[in-house]
Amino acid sequence: MSKKHSSDGAGHAEHPKWMQHHFDTPSQQFASSKMGMWLFLATEVLLFAGLFCAYTVYRANHMDMFVFGHQFLDVKWGAINTCVLLFSSLTAAWSVRAAQLGQKGLMIALLFITLLCGGAFMAIKYVEYSHKIHDGLLWGTKYKPAGHAAEVIHGEEAHAAGELGGAHGRVDEGHTEAEQVAGIEAAHGEGAAEAPAAGGDALATDGAQAAGAQAAAPAAQGEGVELPADVLAIDVAERSTTLPAAIGPRGLVPVAEEGHDDGHGAGHHWEGPIPDNVHIFFGIYFGMTGLHGIHVLIGMIILGWLIYRALKNDFSPEYFTPVDLGVLYWHLVDLIWIFLFPLLYLIG
Amino acid sequence: MNVTDTSITPTDLGGYASEEAESENFLSYPKGIMSWLVTLDHKRIGILYLICILTAFFIGGMFALLIRTELLTPGATIVDADTYNQLFTLHGAIMIFLFIIPGIPAALGNFALPLMLGAKDVAFPRLNLMSWYLWLIGAAFTVFSLVNGGADTGWTFYTPYSTQTDGAIISITMGVFILGFSSIFTGLNFLVTIHRLRPPGMTWFKMPLFLWGIYGTAIMQVLATPVIGITMLLLIVERTLGFGIFDPALGGDPVLFQHFFWFYSHPAVYIMILPALAIMSEIFSVFSRKHIFGYKFIAFSSIVLAILSFLVWGHHMFPSGQSELANFVFSALTFSVSIPTAIKMFNWLATMYKGEIVLKTPMLYALSFMFLFGIGGLTGLFLGSLAVDIHLHDTYFVVAHFHYVMFGGTVIAFLAGLHYWWPKVFGRMYNEKLGAIGAAIIFVGFNMTFLAQFVMGSQGMPRRYYNYIDEYTIYHHISTGGSFIMAIGFFLIAGYLLHSLLKGKRAPANPWGGNTLEWHIPSPPPYYNFKEAPTVGDPYDFSELEWDDRIEGYVFRKAEGSA
Ligand code: HEM
Ligand SMILES: [Cu+2]
Repeated sequence: MSKKHSSDGAGHAEHPKWMQHHFDTPSQQFASSKMGMWLFLATEVLLFAGLFCAYTVYRANHMDMFVFGHQFLDVKWGAINTCVLLFSSLTAAWSVRAAQLGQKGLMIALLFITLLCGGAFMAIKYVEYSHKIHDGLLWGTKYKPAGHAAEVIHGEEAHAAGELGGAHGRVDEGHTEAEQVAGIEAAHGEGAAEAPAAGGDALATDGAQAAGAQAAAPAAQGEGVELPADVLAIDVAERSTTLPAAIGPRGLVPVAEEGHDDGHGAGHHWEGPIPDNVHIFFGIYFGMTGLHGIHVLIGMIILGWLIYRALKNDFSPEYFTPVDLGVLYWHLVDLIWIFLFPLLYLIG
Repeated sequence: MNVTDTSITPTDLGGYASEEAESENFLSYPKGIMSWLVTLDHKRIGILYLICILTAFFIGGMFALLIRTELLTPGATIVDADTYNQLFTLHGAIMIFLFIIPGIPAALGNFALPLMLGAKDVAFPRLNLMSWYLWLIGAAFTVFSLVNGGADTGWTFYTPYSTQTDGAIISITMGVFILGFSSIFTGLNFLVTIHRLRPPGMTWFKMPLFLWGIYGTAIMQVLATPVIGITMLLLIVERTLGFGIFDPALGGDPVLFQHFFWFYSHPAVYIMILPALAIMSEIFSVFSRKHIFGYKFIAFSSIVLAILSFLVWGHHMFPSGQSELANFVFSALTFSVSIPTAIKMFNWLATMYKGEIVLKTPMLYALSFMFLFGIGGLTGLFLGSLAVDIHLHDTYFVVAHFHYVMFGGTVIAFLAGLHYWWPKVFGRMYNEKLGAIGAAIIFVGFNMTFLAQFVMGSQGMPRRYYNYIDEYTIYHHISTGGSFIMAIGFFLIAGYLLHSLLKGKRAPANPWGGNTLEWHIPSPPPYYNFKEAPTVGDPYDFSELEWDDRIEGYVFRKAEGSA
C-alpha cells in the first residue's frame, strides 16, 4: 500500500507505528475501529437473519416437517460442540484480558486454545455431515434417504408429488394441527401449477419405491391421527438419543449410538403420515450450519493471523485493537451457534 | 492554464498560496498510475468510483437505447425476443447495482463527505479502497453473464423462473452479492466517519444536510444489504445444489424469495434516493442564497425515511398472494412514506421563497428534480393503493413511476451534484451555457420518454414485453424518440465536461458561494484536506460571502484560515 502520501501534511511529530495519520488520538482510532466492527457484526447477523427468517416461515407452516426431520440430528454431538464453542469464548475473552495486561505468552496460548476449539468444532461437524451424507439426508434434490425406513419416506413423498394439490388433502387428514390444513399458502398454490415438470422427476425416480411403501403405510396411516401430539409429548433428550420405536424409523437411530450402517433393519417406522418435503428441513439445517461453519473457518483464519502478529510483537497494552476485534468476531460466531443448536437440534 | 487576466495572482485562482503549494493538490500528488490504484485518499477513491460508475452508466444506457429501438415497432425490430430479455435484464442490473446504488454515495460522497465534515479522511481508508475493488470484481461477474449466455430474468431474479432458465444467473447473482459487500463497506465507513471523525465544533446539528442524507443512506446500506446477500446465496445454492427452499415443485415457497428480495430492494430504492435528496438540500440553499428552511425537519426526515423504508417492501407484492392483512398494512405504511418526502419538498420550496435564485446549471437540475421527483413520488401513491395497483402492477405505469424517481430523481440529482462539485474536484469550470442546454435537453427528452409510458401503462401495456398491439405504437414512438433526445443530451454533457478538464477555466475555491467546509479550501483540494482543524460555523449562513469579479468566485469577507 502506498504509505507515501499518507503521511500527514501537518505532521504529527512522532506517533506509534500503529497510529494512522487521519486519526487525532489513539482513543479515537480505537473507538472507530470498535464501532466499525460492531457494525460489521450487525451485517453478519443480518446475513444470517435471512436463514432464520426462512426457518421461522417453514417451521410455522410445517411444524411436523421440523419435528420429523430434527430426530435425525445428533443432540449429543450438537451439545458437545456447544460446550466446545462456549469454552472457546472463555479462552478468547481471556486472551483479550491477557493482551491488556501485556501477558504475551498467556495471550498466545489462549488464542491457540481458541483456535484448537474451532478445529474441534469443525471436526465434529465433519463427523455429523458425513453421517448425513451417508444416510442421504440432504437438501432438496439431493435428499435420498437410504435404508428401509427411508423407503417409507420416499414412498410418501412420491405419492404426494404425484398428486400435488389433491395429495395435500390426503396427507393432511393425518394431522391434528390446523395449520396443516390451512397453511398451504402461496407455495402450494403455485406448486400445483409448477409441479408437473419438476415434480415429475421425483415421481420417476421414486415410483418403484412408492409402490412398496404404499403397502407398508396403511396401518401407520390409520392410527396416525394423533401423531403431532405424541411427538410433542416426548422428552427431548430421550427422543434424540434413543428413539422410541413408535416415533422414529429404527434405521435412523443416531449413528453415534449404534453406528450408521447397521440400523436399517425392518420393523419400526414413523407412525402416521410422513410429512411432505422433509428435505426442506435438511436444506435449512445445511444452509444454517454450513454458513456458520464457513464463519468458524474465517474466525480460525483470523485467530491464526492474530497469533502470527502476536508472535511478531505487534501488540502491547497500548495497542491490542486487532485482538479485541478478532475476539469480538469469534464471540459472534459462538453466539450464532448458541441459537442454531436449540433451533435445529432441540425442537419440541 | 489559460489565464488571460494577468492582474489575478495564482493565489486567488483555486485558492492556493503558491505554485509550489499547488503541486500538493490531490490530483497531482503523488504521481503515477500506481499511486492511484493503491491510493488510500478518499478523494481519489471517489474519482476512481466516478470513472467506473459513469462507465457502467454508459453501458447501461446503450442497452436502454437498444431496448427502446427494439420497441419502436411491434414484433421484431432489431433483435430477437431472447436477446431482448437479456437486454432489459442487464440494463436493469447494471443501472441499479453498478450505477445508481454506488453512484452518489461512493463517487460524490466519497469525495465530499470527509471534506464537508472537516475530516482528513474516512475512518477506514483501506476498507474504502477495498470496496472499490469489490465493485470491480462484482462488475466483472455481472458483465461476464453477458458473454456467458446472458441472464433473462429481469433485475428482480424472481424464482422459480430464475432457478429454471438456462441463463447465466449464477454469475450475475454472484456479482450482486459482491457488489452488496462493496456497498456495505462504503456505508459502514461513512457511519463510523460521521460518528467518530467530526472535528471539534462539528456537532450533529452543524453538519451539512448532505451528511445527514448520507448517514441515513449508510444505515440502510449496512442493515438491508446483507439480506440481498443471503438471498443471492440461497438462489445460487438453489440452482447449483437444488436446495428447494424457493422451488414450489419441491415444496419451497417462491413468494418467500420475493419477500427477501424486496426486503432489501425497497430500502435499496431509498439508498438511491436519499443521497439525491441530500444533494438537493445543499443546492437549493446555496443557489437561493438563503439559509435552508427547516434544517432539523430535513435532517430528521432523512432518518425517518431510512426507518420507514424497512417497513413497506410488501407493496411490490400486492398481487403475489400474500395475505390481505399484509396488503392492507403495507399499503397504509406506504402512504406514510410520503410524509417525510413531502417535508423535504416543502422545506426546499420555503428555502427558495424570497431567495435570490441563481439559475446556474446545478440549480437547473435541482428545479428539474423537484418537478420530476414530484411526479415520481405521487405516482408511487397511486401504486401504493391496493385496488389501483392490481390494475397497474407490472405495466409500463410502474416502469414510468420508477424511472421518474430513479432517473428523474436520483440521476438528475447526481448530475446536479456532479456539476456542483465538478469545479471543486477537478479545479476547472465547465461551459455554463452548454450546461444549461444539456439540462434542458435531458428534461425534455426525459418527459417524452416516460410520460408516454404512464399513458400506455395505464391503458394496460405490460412491462418486459417484446411485442405489443398496434394501439400502443404511438406511445412507443414518442418514448423511443425521447430516449434518443436524452442520448444527445448526455453526449453533450460528456463532451463539455471532458473538454473542461483540458481547456476549462481555472475554478476558484468557491464558485457558487457555498459555506460548507469543502468551499473553504482550494480547488482541487490539497491531498491532506485541512492543514489544521477547520473552524466550523453554520453551513447555511451566507452573510460573510461576497462575489469577487476578479476571480469569478466568492470570497469570505472575514479572512478565513484556508490553506
Ligand atoms: C413516495 C414514494 C414512493 C412510493 C409511494 C412508491 C411506491 C411504489 C409501489 C407501490 C411500487 C410497486 C408497483 C408495482 O410493482 O405494482 C413501486 C415500484 C417501484 N418503485 Fe416506488 N415508490 C416511491 C418512491 C420510489 C423511489 C424514491 C424509488 C427509487 C429511487 C422507487 C423505485 C421503484 C422501483 C425500482 C419500482 C419497481 C421495481 C420493479 O418491480 O422492478 N420508488 N413503487
Ligand atoms: Cu418499494
